[in-house]
Amino acid sequence: MNGNGAFSSPSAGRVLTPFNLVTGIILLGGAAIVLLRFAKGLGATTNLSHTNPWGLWIGFDVMTGVALAAGGYVTSSAVYLFGLKEYKPVVRPAILTGFLGYALVVVGLIVDLGRPWRLPYPFVVQAGPTSALFEIALCVALYLATLFVEFTPAAFEWLGWRRWRKAVGAMTIALTIFGLILSTLHQSTLGAMYLVTPTKLHPLWYSPYLPVHFFISSAATGLSMVIFEGMLSHRIFNHQVEVSHEAFDRLTLGLAKAASIVLAIYFATKVLGLAQGDKWRLLATPMGLWFLLEVVGFVLLPCFLFALGVRDRRAGLVRFTALLVVVGVILNRLNVSIFAFNWTLPAEERYVPHWMEVWVTLSLVAAGLWAFRWIVNRMPILHEHPDYKGMH
Amino acid sequence: MTISRRGFLGGLAAGTGVLLGKSGASAHEHFAGYAGRVGLLHDTTLCIGCRSCEAACSTVNHLPPPAVPLSDPSAFEKKRRTTDKQLTVVNRYVPAGGKKQAVYRKLQCMHCNEPCCASVCFVKAFTKTPEGPVLYNPDVCVGCRYCVMACPYSALGYEYDNPTSPRVMRCTMCYDRIKQNLQPACAEACPTGAITFGKREALIGVARERLRKQPGRYIDHVFGETEYGGTSWLVLAGVPFAALGLPEGAGTEPLPSLGSGFLSVVPLVVTIYPGLLLGFYAFSKRKERLSEAEQKAAVAEALARAEEETKKKLAAAAESAAKDKEKAIAQAVKRAIAEAEAARAAAPAGAGPGKEVQS
Repeated sequence: MNGNGAFSSPSAGRVLTPFNLVTGIILLGGAAIVLLRFAKGLGATTNLSHTNPWGLWIGFDVMTGVALAAGGYVTSSAVYLFGLKEYKPVVRPAILTGFLGYALVVVGLIVDLGRPWRLPYPFVVQAGPTSALFEIALCVALYLATLFVEFTPAAFEWLGWRRWRKAVGAMTIALTIFGLILSTLHQSTLGAMYLVTPTKLHPLWYSPYLPVHFFISSAATGLSMVIFEGMLSHRIFNHQVEVSHEAFDRLTLGLAKAASIVLAIYFATKVLGLAQGDKWRLLATPMGLWFLLEVVGFVLLPCFLFALGVRDRRAGLVRFTALLVVVGVILNRLNVSIFAFNWTLPAEERYVPHWMEVWVTLSLVAAGLWAFRWIVNRMPILHEHPDYKGMH
Repeated sequence: MTISRRGFLGGLAAGTGVLLGKSGASAHEHFAGYAGRVGLLHDTTLCIGCRSCEAACSTVNHLPPPAVPLSDPSAFEKKRRTTDKQLTVVNRYVPAGGKKQAVYRKLQCMHCNEPCCASVCFVKAFTKTPEGPVLYNPDVCVGCRYCVMACPYSALGYEYDNPTSPRVMRCTMCYDRIKQNLQPACAEACPTGAITFGKREALIGVARERLRKQPGRYIDHVFGETEYGGTSWLVLAGVPFAALGLPEGAGTEPLPSLGSGFLSVVPLVVTIYPGLLLGFYAFSKRKERLSEAEQKAAVAEALARAEEETKKKLAAAAESAAKDKEKAIAQAVKRAIAEAEAARAAAPAGAGPGKEVQS
C-alpha cells in the first residue's frame, strides 16, 4: 500500500491532483450556494417547506454529523479513564475528527438557521431551558470548546510550546470526563428532540427510548468511525504512521470487539422499543421492512460480522463491517429526521432535498477532508512527536 | 414489557422542576390553564366553505389576499395548509362512503393550553397569554424552526423567502382586537355562525349543548377539549376528526411533558458521572499500580533466584577447582617423589643429587 501522494503529501508540487480538483470545485460551488442562501433566503436554495422545516442540513449535517464525530469521546474515555493504554495511537486522530466534525456541524447549522447571527441568544438574551435544543446548543458549544482544548496538545507540540503543552496535558482527565458528560447528554438529547412528535414520526422509530437509542448507537458509530478512518489514514498517510501493520490490526480487532458488544446492546434496546409499544405488527408493513433493513442489515449483521472478524482475526472483514455501521447510522438518522418523518403525508408533501442542499452537505465533507489533511501533514496526529513520547 | 412511559418520565421529572423552575405554559406539570381565557369554536357542520374568514384574516394581518380568489372553486381541489402568507385556510374534505356531503374545516394555530411550540423554543419566543392566545416574539427568534417541526397540527409557517429577518408566521387569535374587546376577524366575518368566539369554558358548554340537542348531527366529541392538554380552538364535526386531517389518536397528555421530561436526566448525568468516572479512573490506575508492583516483585524474585543459583554454581565450581588442584598437587608431588627415587637408584657415580631432572 503506497501513500497516495495526491492527498497526503504536504510538499508535493502537484496541486492539480484529481482529489484537489474535485473537492475544490465542490467547495467553490458550495461557497456560491451559501452566498445565494444568505442573499435570497432558504426558499431559493432548499426544498424546505412549512410542513418539512428540517431537511438534509439538519438531518445529515447535524443529526448524522454529531453521531459520526463520536469517536473522540469513545476513545479518550477508553484510554484515559478506563486504562486501555494500548489504544493511545487512535485517540488523537479521533479527537481531531471529532473537533472538525463538530466545527462543521456548527457551520452547517449557521447555513440552516434563519438568523444565525443570533446563535448566542439562548445564552445571552433569553434562555428557553424547557427545550431539548437548548440543552443541545449548550452541550455542543461546550463540547466543541472541549474538543478544541483536547486537540491543542498536537498543535503545541508542532509549535514547540512546551509549557502550554504540559499545562493542557495536566487537564487530560478532567477534559475527558467533561467530554463524556457532554457527549452522553447531547448525543441522547438529539434523539429526545423527536419525543414531541409522536404523530409525525413513524411508531417504529418513535419510542420513549429514542434518547437511549441515539446515545448507544453513537458509541458504536464512534468505534466504527475510528476503525474506518484508521484504515484510510494508514493507506493515505502511511509514511507518517509509526504503528506496525500487525500492531494496527490488533488495535482494529480490539475496537471491533467493543463495537460488536455495543451493537448487541443497541439491538437489544431497539427490540425493547418494539416490545414496549407492542409494535410487532408494524413490522409486516412496507415501513416495517424498511425498519428491518436498518436494524437487521446495519445493526445485527455488523454485530455478527464484527464478532466473526475478531474470532478469525480478519482485520479486513472488520474494516468492511465498520463501513456498514457508518452507513447504518446515516440511514438511522435520516430515517428519524426525513424518511420516517411526516410519513402519513402524501408523496407530493414529503421532503426531497434540493440539489443545492446536497451540494452544500458535500462541501462540508470536503472542507473536513481538507482541514484534516492540512493538520495531519503538519502536526503529530498519526505519530508521536519524538520530544513528547509517553506524555498524556 | 409494560413500562409506563409516563411513569418512567414522571419519576425522572421530579428533579427537573428544581432545575428549570416554573416556566408558565411550558412547565410540564399539568397546567389546567388560565381561568377565563377565550377561545373559538368551529362547527364544521355549519361551515359552507365561503372562505370569508381567509380574506378577513389577510386584511387584518396586512397580508396579501388569498392566493386563490374566494370566487374560484379550484381552491378546494388540493389540500392547502397555512403558510407564511396565509394564516388560515379552509379545506374541503369528502369523507369516505360517497353518500355524505363535503365537509369544510378551517385550519389555523389551535392555541394550545400547553403549547408545544413554546416548550421547544430555546429562546422562549412563545408566550401563552393569560387571555388565551399564544404569541410569538420575532425579536428573539433564531430561526431554528423547531416549533414548526414540533407543532402537532402543522399550523406554523415560516418566511423562507426572507434572507435577513425571517419570522414564524401563525394565527395570533387577533390578540390586538381581543384587547380592544373586538372579535377575531374570522369570527366576525363568518356569515353562517360556524365560528363562535367567547370564553373557552362557555364555548365548551355551547358545544356540549349542541351535541346533546342534535346527537345525530355530530360525532360525540369536542375536539380540542382534551387533545394534547386542550386547545383554544374547539372543533365540532359530523364525521370522524381523522377524516378532517386532525391528528388521529391524539392523546390527552400535553406534548411538552413528553419532550422536556427527558431533560431531567441532565442534572442526573452531571451529578453522577464525575464521581463514577473518577472511580473507574481510580480502578484502572490501581490495577496498573498493582500490576506494576507485581511485575517488580516478579523481577526481583527472578533476580534473587538467579543470584542464588549463580552463587551455588560458583561455589561448586570453586570446590571442584580446589579438589582438582589438590589432586594435581598430590599427583605432582607423587610423581616428583617417584622420579627422584628413580633418579637416585639409577644414579651413576659423579652424578650429583642436586642435578635437575628434565622432563
